[in-house]
Amino acid sequence: MMESLATFLNGYLPEGVTTLIVIMIKIVAILLPLILAVAYTTFAERKIIGYMQVRMGPNRVGPKGWLQPIADTLKLMFKEIISPTKASTIVFFVAPMLALAPALAAWVVIPFWDGGVLADVNAGLLLILAITSLDVFGIILAGWASNSKYAILSSLRVGAQMVSYEIAMGFALVGVLMAAGSLNLSDIVRAQDGGIQNWFAWPLFGLLLVYFISGVAETNRAPFDVAEGESEIVAGFHVEYSGMAFALFFLAEYASMILISTLTALLFLGGWLSPFGDLLNDVPVLGFILGDGFHWLFIKSFFFLFCYLWFRATFPRYRYDQIMRLGWKILIPVTLVWIFGEGVAIALGWKPWL
Amino acid sequence: MFKYIKHIIKSFTLFELLQGLGVTGKYFFKRKITIQYPEQKTPMSPRFRGHHALRRYPNGQERCIACKLCEAVCPALAIDIESEERADGTRRTTKYEIDFFKCIYCGFCEEACPVDAIVETHIFEYHFENREGTVISKEALLAFGDKHETEIAKRKAADAPYK
Repeated sequence: MMESLATFLNGYLPEGVTTLIVIMIKIVAILLPLILAVAYTTFAERKIIGYMQVRMGPNRVGPKGWLQPIADTLKLMFKEIISPTKASTIVFFVAPMLALAPALAAWVVIPFWDGGVLADVNAGLLLILAITSLDVFGIILAGWASNSKYAILSSLRVGAQMVSYEIAMGFALVGVLMAAGSLNLSDIVRAQDGGIQNWFAWPLFGLLLVYFISGVAETNRAPFDVAEGESEIVAGFHVEYSGMAFALFFLAEYASMILISTLTALLFLGGWLSPFGDLLNDVPVLGFILGDGFHWLFIKSFFFLFCYLWFRATFPRYRYDQIMRLGWKILIPVTLVWIFGEGVAIALGWKPWL
Repeated sequence: MFKYIKHIIKSFTLFELLQGLGVTGKYFFKRKITIQYPEQKTPMSPRFRGHHALRRYPNGQERCIACKLCEAVCPALAIDIESEERADGTRRTTKYEIDFFKCIYCGFCEEACPVDAIVETHIFEYHFENREGTVISKEALLAFGDKHETEIAKRKAADAPYK
């Protein structure tokens, strides 16, 4: 469809403009569903945590509460954005955008189905690592520009935490790229082809756990959400934000949550690949449903997203020094040992490790 | 040593964390106990203490004899009574006011009343829109009692064996 549109536009416009238009359409096609997904993740969070606490969660706006996120968005849009008197105004308003941009930009290399990727970059994994690391800038700047002690304390905590867990996360990814032999995300998924037994989740189970745990810490979600320890620093780096500026932080947090869930599904659970492999491809209707496709990626990411909310409903918050201990003294050594073992296995040519 | 190894195994298999997840996972499927308030309501005791009312005898005569026991027992000093002697020689109130902002809904007035005149009804869904309207007059209390007399009588009868 995109190709036919491009050839149609090429008849009237210069080639550069056509490419730009096609890319813009693709960006919108990725971002709009993503933002909608973010809205409904907030709804799912309130519902799921409510259910786990034997409550019902929001159920008044619209049928079964389905319009709740829309109502929330409308409310946030009409609220006044107040900037503190002595805040550094420009940085104060740029910071939420800096927090949101990397969370959205990382989606450029995510393959949704075979070939369904905006930019098929060779070093996709590297790009993801680089871009998600930029998240921390928005948060630190927000804390600094607010000119509030709570905010700056929180952003310092977040800064240290994200930098520490970045390392464990990076090592977990090293394990994946050793197994797949490629940095391209589509190639990594294709390397897991052939059914559930070929997924990297089995030989790299430890790395899967480390990756997801660091992912939870990276996005500052419970139980690692010291960034917003209500009891000690009110709401963390976004205390001074209101209205849409606050909503941008919210959007960034949930977009990175979805990103981490999708990445975990791509790297360890075979992304868009069906767990049945090619077994059922010849069955008429069932083959289409159970065959490879976007829906499998959706289900797998949803599972990890559910885990995010499940953790939040279950675990109490870690103390700050415990977070640092877990990151530096447990997760990083575990990944190092695992990578060493994997390297040995690859050198000796053992089968499951390839 | 054995204990230490056991501890290591327990932490690295995330045993306790999974246990915790199991608990919340179980509650996820439990029946929800939320009462959807305006549509659903919890059962109410006949002794429920809500909005006050003054009652009358079936012949229309007001019950209150201005003994002022309720005024005396009221711990919040919310009740204000003035009385007179009527032409037929009976003692009646000229003024019977309850300040609903002072009232703590303890139900002592209802307990003190020798003729079951002042009662606290089952009505709790009421509100005031300004600060002037919170002192309820005798007429309003009587009218309120007339309006809900059947329900009040029913609840009084239900509670009578335990008094």
